[in-house]
Amino acid sequence: MLGKLDWSAIPFDQPIPLIAGAIVLVAILGVLTWVVVKGHLPYLWSEWITSVDHKRIGVMYILLASVMLLRGGSDAIMMRIQQAVAYQSQGYLPPEHYNQIFSAHGTIMIFFVAMPFVIGLMNLVVPLQLGVRDVAFPTLNSVGFWLTATGALLVNLSLVVGEFARTGWLAFPPLSELSYSPGVGVDYYAWSLQISGVGTLVAGINLVTTVLKLRTKGMNYLRMPMFCWTTLASNLLIVAAFPILTATLAMLLLDRYLGFHFFTNEAGGNIMMFMNLIWAWGHPEVYILVLPAFGIFSEVVSTFSGKALFGYRSMVLATMAICVISFMVWLHHFFTMGAGPDVNAIFGIASMIIAVPTGVKIYNWLFTMYGGRIRFATPMLWAVGFMVTFIVGGLTGVLLAVPPADFMLHNSMFLVAHFHNVIIGGVLFGAFAGFEYWFPKAFGFRLDERWGKLAFWFTFLGFFITFVPLYIAGMLGMTRRMQHYDVAAWRPWMIVAAIGMAVLTIGVICQIVQIVVSIRNREALRDRTGDPWDGRSLEWATSSPPPVFNFAFNPDVRGEDAYWDMKARAQQQSLERDRPDYQDIEMPRNSPTGFVCAFFATIMGFALIWHIWWMVILGGLGAWATFVVFAWRDHDEYVIPAEEVASIDRVNIEERRNLVSMAGAAR
Amino acid sequence: MTMTATAGHAQADPHHVGLVIEHPGPAPKRIVTAYGFWIFLLSDIVMFSCFFAAYAVLSGQTAGGPRGSEIFEQRNVAIETVCLLLSSFTCGMASIAADVRNRFWFYLGMTVTCLLGLIFLVIEFREFADLVARGYGPSRSAFLTAFFSLVGCHGLHVSAGVLWLLTMMAQVFAKGFRADVLRRMMCFALFWHALDIVWVGVFSVVYLLGSAA
Ligand code: HEM
Ligand SMILES: [Cu+2]
Repeated sequence: MLGKLDWSAIPFDQPIPLIAGAIVLVAILGVLTWVVVKGHLPYLWSEWITSVDHKRIGVMYILLASVMLLRGGSDAIMMRIQQAVAYQSQGYLPPEHYNQIFSAHGTIMIFFVAMPFVIGLMNLVVPLQLGVRDVAFPTLNSVGFWLTATGALLVNLSLVVGEFARTGWLAFPPLSELSYSPGVGVDYYAWSLQISGVGTLVAGINLVTTVLKLRTKGMNYLRMPMFCWTTLASNLLIVAAFPILTATLAMLLLDRYLGFHFFTNEAGGNIMMFMNLIWAWGHPEVYILVLPAFGIFSEVVSTFSGKALFGYRSMVLATMAICVISFMVWLHHFFTMGAGPDVNAIFGIASMIIAVPTGVKIYNWLFTMYGGRIRFATPMLWAVGFMVTFIVGGLTGVLLAVPPADFMLHNSMFLVAHFHNVIIGGVLFGAFAGFEYWFPKAFGFRLDERWGKLAFWFTFLGFFITFVPLYIAGMLGMTRRMQHYDVAAWRPWMIVAAIGMAVLTIGVICQIVQIVVSIRNREALRDRTGDPWDGRSLEWATSSPPPVFNFAFNPDVRGEDAYWDMKARAQQQSLERDRPDYQDIEMPRNSPTGFVCAFFATIMGFALIWHIWWMVILGGLGAWATFVVFAWRDHDEYVIPAEEVASIDRVNIEERRNLVSMAGAAR
Repeated sequence: MTMTATAGHAQADPHHVGLVIEHPGPAPKRIVTAYGFWIFLLSDIVMFSCFFAAYAVLSGQTAGGPRGSEIFEQRNVAIETVCLLLSSFTCGMASIAADVRNRFWFYLGMTVTCLLGLIFLVIEFREFADLVARGYGPSRSAFLTAFFSLVGCHGLHVSAGVLWLLTMMAQVFAKGFRADVLRRMMCFALFWHALDIVWVGVFSVVYLLGSAA
C-alpha cells in the first residue's frame, strides 16, 4: 500500500536531522497558524500564490532562494566544523550522514539557491527593462516557479522522511546505481531535479521568448540593457542544456527502477557516457548562473559610475561568445579519466579561451568606472568585490584547465576553492548586488545602507578567510569530501576555514538584520520617485513598486540607456507629456494552475520515490486534469479601465516631474 | 516581418546615422505563442539527441544478446513509417480546415490522424511485447536498453500527442474555432510534425543502420 515507506524511514536514532526537522516543522506550522489566525490567507492566495504577475513571481523565486540559502548554509557550517574537528578522529558526524550533507549542500546551493535567485531577478526585472507588461507566458511562469518549489520541498523532506543521496551533487554512477545506493536517497535527488528542471525549462522558454518577441517599440537589439542580453544568453543555455540533464537523469532512473543498463557495470553499460552527458549540461550550467550576474554588474557599475557602459557592443559580443564556447569545454571536468593527451589538450585550450571574453568584460567594467562619478552604495560594493574575487577564481580555473595541473589538483580542496570562488564571488555576489539594487523597485523603499555595507564586508572577508585556506590545503594534497583525516599539515587550514565560515555567517546575519531594520524604517526609506539610484534603464521609469501593468504606455525607445535619455530630454523640454490619453489595459487573470500542478507534482514525486504506484497514477491524473481545466477556461484576461490607469499613473507622473525639475535645479 | 524600416529618430541615436531599423514593439500573440512552442520543440529535440547519442554509444554492447539485425522486422517498421508520414499529412489537412473554420474536414482530418497514430502505437507495442516475451527485454543488454528507451521515448511522445489531439477535438467541439483554440491547434500541429521528423531519425539510425549491421 505504501510502497517502501514505513516507520524505519524516520531517522529516530539520529538527533540532528530530527531536531532540525522538528524546528522547521514548528516554524512552518507557526507561520501557517499566524497567517490563518490573522486572516491573511485570502490575501496570500489571491495576491501571491495564484499571481501570474512576473514581479510577484520574481519575488517569490527570490524568497525561495533565500530560505534555501539558509538551509544550504547550515549544511556548510556543519561540514566546516566537521573538517575542523575530524583530525585523527571521527568528528561529530557519522560518515554516511556527512556524505548526505555534502550532497544536499551542493544540490541545494546550485538548484535551489543560485538558480531561483537569478531566475527570480530576471523575472522581476527583464520585462520592466524591455518596457513591456509581462513575460510571454504568464501562467506558465507561475507553473515554473511552483515546480521549482516542489523540488525544494522534496529535497528538504528527505531530511526527515528517508535519506538523501550520498553521491555528491552530480550522482555519478556506478555509486548512484541501485547496487551501491539501494536506499531512496538518489531517488529523492533525481526526482526533485527532474521536477524542478521542468520548471527551469519553462522559465527559460518564457524568458527567451520575452526577450526576442516582446520588446517595446524602438527597443532594437543594440539598445537592450546589458542585463537583458545576459538573460537572453543564459536562457538560451537553459533551453539547450536542461533537456540534457532531464535525459541523463531519466536514464539513471530507468537503470534504478527498471533494471536498464545505461550506466551499470554489467551488460555493457557505459559510465563515461554519464560523465559526458552530465557535464555537457553541467558546464553550461555554471554559465547559466554567472551570465545573469555579469549582466547585473554591468547595470550596477554603469549606474553608480554615472556613465554609459563602456564598450557596450564588445560586451554583447563577449556574452554571446561565452554562450557558445561554454558548450564546447565540458570535457575539462574529466581530464583524468583517460581520454588521452590529444583530446585533453584540445579541451584544455578551448577552456582557456573562455577567459578571453570574460577578460573583455572585466576591462569594460573598469573602463566604465574610469573617469566616472562613482558612488559606493551597497550594490556597487558587491560589484567591486566581485571583480576582485572573480579574477582569482577565473585564474585558478585557467590553471585547472591545464591538463597536467589538473592531474595534480583534480578532486582536491583546490578544486573546491576554485568553484566556490567563482560561484560565491560571481553568482552570489551578483545576486546580492541585484537584490540591493532592485529591492526599492520591488517594494518601494530602500534597504538600510549601513547594515548592507557591514554585510558586504563580513561576507567579503569571510569568503577569503574560508577559501584561501582551501586552496592551500588542496596544494598540500587534501582531497575533497573527506569525513576525517590524519595529516597534521591540513589541520590548521581547516581551522582557519572554519573561522572564515563564522565570519561569513555574521555577514548573513547582517543581511537578515538589514532587511528587518529596513522594513521597520520603511517610511523613512520610502522612495517615491521610482528612481532611487538615478538609473539609466526603463525599469526606473515607472513607479516603485510598479503597478500590475508596469507602464501606463508602452515606452518608445530612442537609444541606449532609454530612461537616461528620456530624463535628459524631459529636462530640456522641462515637461513630460501633459495630458496623456489613457487607454484600457488587458492583463492576464490570476490562476491557481501553477500551485495546483505543483501540488500534484509533489504527490507524484513523493510517490515515485517511495514506489507507491497508485499514488503516482493519482498525481499524474491530477496534473493532467489541471491542465485541461486551465485550457478550458473562457476568460483569461481582465481589463483595467482607462480611468483607473490614469489615476494610478498620475501620482507617478507628478513625482517624476518633481524629480526632473529638482535634478534640473541641482545641475 | 516584425521589422519595418524607417528613417525616424536617427539623430537621437549616436550609433546610427541615416537609416535605422526600428523595432515596432511586441509581436502579436499568435507569433509569440508559436515562437515559444518552437523553442520548446527545439529543447525536446535536444533531449531526443541524448537518447540518440546513448543509442550510438551502446548499440554495439549486446552483452551476448541479440543484435539489431536479428530482431528488427522491416515490414512492421515500414508500416509504422507510412502511418506516421500519412498522419502528418492528415494533420496538415486538419490545420488548414481549422484555419478556414470547416468543422467537417477538421474532425475528419483529426480522426484519421488519431487512427494512424493509434495503429503506429499498436504495432510498436506489439513489437516491444514480442521482444520481452522472447527474453529480449530492455534489461537484457545495454544495446536493448538504448533501443527500448529511444524508440519508447518517441512512442511516449506519440501517446501524449494522441491525448492532446483528443483534447483538441473536444475543445473545438465545445468552444468552436476561438482564437486561443486555434493557437493551440497550431502548437499541436507543430508537435505532431516534429514527432515525424524524430521518427525519420529513429527509422534511419536504429532500423536502417541496425539491419545493415
Ligand atoms: C575562466 C573560466 C573558467 C575555467 C577555465 C574553469 C575551469 C574549470 C575546470 C578545468 C574545472 C574542473 C576541475 C576538476 O574537476 O579537476 C572546473 C570546475 C568547476 N568550475 Fe570552473 N572554470 C571557469 C569558470 C567557472 C565559473 C564562472 C564557474 C561558476 C559560475 C565555475 C564553476 C565550476 C564548478 C562548480 C566546478 C566543479 C565541478 C565539480 O567537480 O563538482 N567555473 N572549472
Ligand atoms: Cu567546466
